Amino acid sequence: MQLFLQNIVNAMQWGSFYALIALGYSMVYSILMLFNFAHGDIFMVGSYIGFGVATALLGLTAAFNLPLPGWIILVMTIILAMFLTSFVGMFIERVGYRPLRDAPRASAAITGLMIGIILETGNLALLGAERLSFPALIDTVTFQVGGIYLTNKKILIVVVSLALMSALHLFIQKSKYGMAMRAMSYDFQAVPLMGISINKIAPLTFAIGSGLAAAAGILYSLAYPVLDPYMGVLLGWKAFVAAILGGRGSILGAALAGFLLGFIEIFSVWIFPSTFRDVIAYSVILLILAFRPHGFFGQAHSTQLRL
Amino acid sequence: MALLRVDNMTHFFGGLRAVHNYNLVLEPGHIVGLIGPNGAGKTTVFNLITGIHTPTSGNIELSGHNLIGRRPHETAALGLGRTFQNLLLWRHMNVLEHVKTACYSQLEYGLFGAFFGTPKRHREEKRITAKALHLLETFEVSEFRDRLVTNLPYGVQRRVEMARAMATNPKVLFLDEPTAGMTPDELNRMIAIIRDIHKQFEVAILLIEHRLKFVMELCERIQTLVFGEIIAEGAPEEIRNNPQVIEAYLGREDVT
Repeated sequence: MQLFLQNIVNAMQWGSFYALIALGYSMVYSILMLFNFAHGDIFMVGSYIGFGVATALLGLTAAFNLPLPGWIILVMTIILAMFLTSFVGMFIERVGYRPLRDAPRASAAITGLMIGIILETGNLALLGAERLSFPALIDTVTFQVGGIYLTNKKILIVVVSLALMSALHLFIQKSKYGMAMRAMSYDFQAVPLMGISINKIAPLTFAIGSGLAAAAGILYSLAYPVLDPYMGVLLGWKAFVAAILGGRGSILGAALAGFLLGFIEIFSVWIFPSTFRDVIAYSVILLILAFRPHGFFGQAHSTQLRL
Repeated sequence: MALLRVDNMTHFFGGLRAVHNYNLVLEPGHIVGLIGPNGAGKTTVFNLITGIHTPTSGNIELSGHNLIGRRPHETAALGLGRTFQNLLLWRHMNVLEHVKTACYSQLEYGLFGAFFGTPKRHREEKRITAKALHLLETFEVSEFRDRLVTNLPYGVQRRVEMARAMATNPKVLFLDEPTAGMTPDELNRMIAIIRDIHKQFEVAILLIEHRLKFVMELCERIQTLVFGEIIAEGAPEEIRNNPQVIEAYLGREDVT
């Protein structure tokens, strides 16, 4: 039983990473009908930006002898990195996707792949092949609750992720931008005639998705503080699986599927040897998709024709 | 001075001449009908004026503003509102959300407000919700405010689409076949509603319609478009008796 609860805690942590990244895929898909295959690499860029911000803040604190505790630096790092990474997303939309908006979907798909490769190898060229280690901003505190080991970092990761997801949910359901995004997921023809500029909402969607990926990147770096240019590849693909499993374009589905993915992975390691993890986990997902090809919340409308 | 003025508008789709030398003078508060057989270019005229396509040549002015080359969200901001022949509604959004989304540019708060829920945002949301509810009442769809449009009868969906178009505060409203697929009951209701909003909001209307009863009853002036060209323009009685119109458009059909 204790082991079971312990696994749940770990699954929640991994699920948070997948869910935060999957949201970015889903948001972009729901309004532009394309998967931004560079999204996993935006997660990587976000981690590096977080690394840069954290290092700079630590340097400043040391240089001016500021009495800033680590957790304040962490919060500032998350906010600043999310903000800066959102510009990376907007830039990618502007140069990569906007010129191809009316192009065949396959062209837009390879655009994503190419941007991904450029981000990975660009990073390699710029910073070299050496792995970076993310500064330890806060100490790990372990405590025991009823036989389960919790760390302050695990709690932080799950709480921050859930908070960001709730904020996103409110934003999409209640704010005018969110409503414009939802409207855009149905058509590009009526929406502009309501005075809404598609060229504002599309970059905003990329910005928010990228910000969430940056948050995921920093949270991930808290738990696994090793950065390398290809860190976003496998994680990105897995989050993409979560986005599809949740139902293309469904925000709630992406979040839930992200957590489900975490659970399936962690629990397959509980039962089988750890080398079997992905084999088991993704076979299960194949099976789920066989019965629910549209994912959990996939609707027929997401396959509609778009002018 | 005319509110909306279109001079010699011509448009080609590749080699196909879709609209040829189209002219329109729409005075404030007038209702003009655009009739013509299928494929005559009526919807293209709407698309050209609202900026979905840019005409190959010609001039369009809305209360002194040149509309050529403006994108749809800009023409909307200048005062053009429209509905669509095939109902472009957002199926899984509710009725109130449709109307509120159309108030996008009237909601005066920015991204900061949207993310952090400032008092200003709450004030603005409240103001616009009140406006939206009033529009729902005008279009007699209040009872459906929280229903997803995909579950509503066709006639109701048409009225929701009109409420959404009116929410943008248009000076000119374009209605693309507002009674398509409607029952005779709904048709009469629609006539009453259009009269009502025309009076209440002092909006000028250009409407495409196939049901001549509807056009004859509502419009001060009617244009007949055939193969992209206006073959006749005038008061309803003139159009009804125009032999060219009868031949080209009405054929042997009884005009009532």
